[in-house]
Amino acid sequence: MKQFTSNPFYKFILFPIGQMAVFIFGASLALSVLIILLAYIFRSTITSNFDLVERTLLILPQVLINGITIGFVYATIALGYTMVYGVLEFINFSHSEIFMVGGIVGVELMAYFDHTGALETMNQYVVIAMAVLLAMIISGTLAVTIERIAYKPLRNAPRLVPLISAIGMSFFLQDAVRLILSLTTGEFNVILPNFGTFDEFLVLSVPGIEAPLRFQIKSILLIGVAVVMLVGLNFLVNGTKIGKAIRAVAQDRPSASLMGINVNLIISITFLVGGALGGAAGVLFALKVTRLDPFVGFFPGLKAFTAAVLGGIGNLTGALLGGLVLGLLESFGASYLSIFTNGAFGAEYKDILAFAVLILVLILRPSGLLGQTVAQKA
Amino acid sequence: MKRLSTLLSVLVLASMVLAACGGGATPTAAPATEMPATEAPATEMPATEAPATEMPATEAPAVIGSGTIKIATQSPLSGGQSLLGVAIKQGAELGLEQLGGDLKAMGFDVQLAPYDDQATPDVGVANAKNIVADSEILCGVGHLNSGVMIPSSEEYHTAGLAFVSPANTNPVVTTRGYLEVNRVVGRDDVQAPAAEEYAFTTLGAKTVYVIHDKTAYGQGVAEFFRTAAEEDGIEVVAFEGTEETSNFDAIVTPLVAANPDVVFFAGIYNQAGVFFKQAREGGYEGTFLGTDGMDSSDLAELAGDALTAGGGMAYTTVAGPVSAYPKAATFATDYEAKFGALPEAYAAQAYDSMGVCLTAIKNAAEAAGGTPTRTQVAEAIRALTYEGLTSTIAFDDIGDLPTAKYFIIKVNANSADTWNTNEIIDSFDLPSPGQ
Amino acid sequence: MKTFFTELFKKVNKGPWPLIITLGLLLVGTITVYQSPRSLTAFLTLMLCPLMLYFLQINSKVKIFIGLLLVIVIIPVLGIRNIFYLEVIFQMAVFAALALGLNIVIGMAGLLDLGYVAFYAVGAYTWAIFGSKQLSLLHSIPGAAPAGAAFALAPEWFWLFLFIGVGLAALAGILLGLPVLRLRGDYLAIVTLGFGEVIRVLALNLDKPINLTNGPQGITPIQRPPLPPDFVLDPIRQLLAPVVGHAVTDGQLYNVFFYFLALIVILVAILVARRLEDSKIGRAWTAIREDETAAIAMGIPLVRLKLAAFAAGASFAGCMGVLYGANRTFVSPETFSFLQSIGVLTMVILGGLGSIPGVIFGAAAVVLLNIQILQNFSLYLSELRQGDTVIPIINFAWKNLSNQLDPAKYQKLVFGIILIVMMIYRPSGLIPAERRQRELAEEIE
Repeated sequence: MKQFTSNPFYKFILFPIGQMAVFIFGASLALSVLIILLAYIFRSTITSNFDLVERTLLILPQVLINGITIGFVYATIALGYTMVYGVLEFINFSHSEIFMVGGIVGVELMAYFDHTGALETMNQYVVIAMAVLLAMIISGTLAVTIERIAYKPLRNAPRLVPLISAIGMSFFLQDAVRLILSLTTGEFNVILPNFGTFDEFLVLSVPGIEAPLRFQIKSILLIGVAVVMLVGLNFLVNGTKIGKAIRAVAQDRPSASLMGINVNLIISITFLVGGALGGAAGVLFALKVTRLDPFVGFFPGLKAFTAAVLGGIGNLTGALLGGLVLGLLESFGASYLSIFTNGAFGAEYKDILAFAVLILVLILRPSGLLGQTVAQKA
Repeated sequence: MKRLSTLLSVLVLASMVLAACGGGATPTAAPATEMPATEAPATEMPATEAPATEMPATEAPAVIGSGTIKIATQSPLSGGQSLLGVAIKQGAELGLEQLGGDLKAMGFDVQLAPYDDQATPDVGVANAKNIVADSEILCGVGHLNSGVMIPSSEEYHTAGLAFVSPANTNPVVTTRGYLEVNRVVGRDDVQAPAAEEYAFTTLGAKTVYVIHDKTAYGQGVAEFFRTAAEEDGIEVVAFEGTEETSNFDAIVTPLVAANPDVVFFAGIYNQAGVFFKQAREGGYEGTFLGTDGMDSSDLAELAGDALTAGGGMAYTTVAGPVSAYPKAATFATDYEAKFGALPEAYAAQAYDSMGVCLTAIKNAAEAAGGTPTRTQVAEAIRALTYEGLTSTIAFDDIGDLPTAKYFIIKVNANSADTWNTNEIIDSFDLPSPGQ
Repeated sequence: MKTFFTELFKKVNKGPWPLIITLGLLLVGTITVYQSPRSLTAFLTLMLCPLMLYFLQINSKVKIFIGLLLVIVIIPVLGIRNIFYLEVIFQMAVFAALALGLNIVIGMAGLLDLGYVAFYAVGAYTWAIFGSKQLSLLHSIPGAAPAGAAFALAPEWFWLFLFIGVGLAALAGILLGLPVLRLRGDYLAIVTLGFGEVIRVLALNLDKPINLTNGPQGITPIQRPPLPPDFVLDPIRQLLAPVVGHAVTDGQLYNVFFYFLALIVILVAILVARRLEDSKIGRAWTAIREDETAAIAMGIPLVRLKLAAFAAGASFAGCMGVLYGANRTFVSPETFSFLQSIGVLTMVILGGLGSIPGVIFGAAAVVLLNIQILQNFSLYLSELRQGDTVIPIINFAWKNLSNQLDPAKYQKLVFGIILIVMMIYRPSGLIPAERRQRELAEEIE
């Protein structure tokens, strides 16, 4: 057994993927059962002329797919929040803008290729890979720069001070990007050029389910890239020396420094990695929604933070679980709310669903689903 | 020491502020440089000290008055809807340049005072307060969004400042019966039923899914559409409002499951474009229907093939493409020459609105023998008949056109460059419902 | 450099100089604003007077006299010449009250509240719903109101609703405080942010199943309290007409009326804040802010005091909300966004956490920046765009500058820069509270 689990292939690739699969399956199952139960209970209160249970089952597969897709985006962003919190005990408010910058940079790269005509000739996956890579580099660098400018001078200040500085940086970035966009392209929207086969569907007919399951290629790509990055992060944090240093600094900063770890360097690396993940998430998000603008980071950032708290802040697996659960919750809530309430409440309450979840989690179980209670520091 | 450093920082702040605005002070009627006739607004010298309040009259024949007259515009010049907002401002600008000659001959200096309402009611009202405080502004052209026009016009009404709207279609804009509010386009309580008629008769729709953008305009149009649809026996499968601009998954999934014949989206192009694309990707194959907020080439840029695939897309509008107005041919070429782009929707309407303003001011000035008051201008607007590019304009007693034009346009474009391949399926002149 | 200014300040601050400077500014400011009502520099000159009054050493009786002269006589008269100034000062007063309220929550009690604008919304919508036709439209569709709807209450109820607004907002503060009591700094911030957004989304969407807030279209028209009766107003009108140069309309009188009302409310607010600061409650809040564990050990009832902080802060916002709704005659959910919360936070930070004169100054500075300076800058830019001039060194025609580049919209940039710069270089604010400055200066060194 020992040899089995200490084999690196199992430890760092199979186990995390297995863990993800368990989370997805578990959360999906729980929510599906819940919604079907609710459908049976409320069957008679519906005034529209369709059967509630039938309609619920009809859209269930698609709702699950939507939820998982956006869940992975939230999970990837949440990792940035949770890593910084683990190391510095501090919420990096500007992470949502790092996500946005990464997305815009990636889309601009693709627009550039489109402009020069290279988009026709290059392999679409290569284009995406290049966009993701560029976004990761730029976002990571941006995150480290922000840390140097706005957070490092305040490391010993009372809690309120770096938090406010972070909020200020978030606002500053939103408008700075808007300024740059208006000076260069003159446009407010950043639109993804049309290319490749991403919009097409992989259609699977599963016996027993009425409508065939449609998997959009871009969703599959999104999930694939996210999984690769998550596995990579897991390996970094749990399997390398740098990862050990990060975990040490997160656990006890003074002792880690006494052990000879260069704390400042480790903190910068944490920001770099977190920022890079956020940037990649930005490109994937852009692929999904095809249109970005400078303010697009606010809500996904907030929801990702909720996901991080939901899973247990400071805990990487928790961020993953939290992201998936939140994505699924949001998808279920938004799609089913109007059907269940006869149109009285609809998709417009989707965003505050995340806040409601956050408040409930913080009241009932502040340590999150997987987290341990972090000692209160004064 | 502490007091000193605070005073110091305060003084530094104040001096920075003064320095920054030394170049940014709103100029009062400083002596204007005589501009050549091709450019209308004068370059004002920034006033850093108190200059004289009145400008000496320029030498010209038939001089009636003197001073500066400004015409304000308010529309979204930034943000997601700026394409249409900028078109309004530029149409008005061209109008001022081409039609302002009479007033200039009278001895006035006419200028444009453009404001950006950011499509937000709050900013619109704040700008409105600023506008009414400037006594040189005698007339205004704007807004794009009814939701901004309605509260802002409360300010205009209190100050007696007349506004001519090139684009607002919500009935409430004029049904309040204010003297100061006018529009040169039709209304949603006629437009939405026209759209519904198209859906019912031409498309033969039995089920419709209504979505709006939660603004005064979108919600208003959607409600009128729903009422008309229910009267005709069409089943309104759902009625949803959304502020979402990127990720429409949650709406698309139930929509595809319900599979309505027609999806009616009451909103503006920047939201609609993304939604249509995601709806097509989600598997919806029916027809999209929209109203005048869709009328922008950016819609095709955002939605691409979604507009022509499946059941296609059509929209009603109160402002047809420039090609629909025979008198607007030279306008289109002039606009392109001056601004480097083809005129979007509402540019011609803004041109006409500016013409109405200028003519009214001219009439009122002649009657008053000098600079007219705002109320005189407002009354002159109601009294005149003006031959515009888009129609002959004469307002009824609440500021609507007695009969207005409505168009139904089928979209054939799948990118911004091909936007002018859309075809007008139908057009009618319908009377205004009045109050 | 610093010593030069120190010496200058010392020289200036004694003898007859302070009085001469202040009176000089007053005179120059009044005359220039009278002559050119739209000039920004003139207005700013006039605005320097209150600052001078605060900083310079003048006999306090004289100070009060000059202050009253400025506030009661000069500004209303000048305001009628250009009502926009009354609007600016009204906004300054509103935001000063909001900043004072937030100051209680953050500055005194140390609870970072990022959703403060929710209480403002509660106050505004309270009067909006009851003071307009909304109650008779509860079952109608937004935008399709029947013509014959009646106002729910007579406009005189406004005065009562000022107090009801305070009460309801305080209640909302307590309701917000209850679940978040156990949370500390970072989490508290996010949860309060969430609450702020929840209130905004509710205001935006509560037009079905019953139409309580009329959704995104907002509620309009909202009644204003009636002006004082004619026998009070007529002599004022007759007095003002020759001075101002034209007949005084009711609209302008309303602006003056609201200006005075806002001033009275802000004076009461300052009084209340000052008394709270020096009381047992204020000291208990300071104890909680510094070290919660020690405070509990000292026997301070944590729960009650935190709730009191939320309630007290919220009540300021509630009162101002009612006033704001009546002045604007229109409320819509967009006013109560996260940007506004951060705006108020910026005012508090800029002025000085925990310092009452500081936050008032911060509010005035930020309002001036947003409404006057940035606006004027963009108007100036748009005029440059209409002409043919070019930027000198790089020879770039102003015309080609994108329309998206409009300084009036870059509020977020301004707020962001202010927050970051203040936090790094001067966390205690421009006009700091004494205790705060000592504490923050020590920590950072």
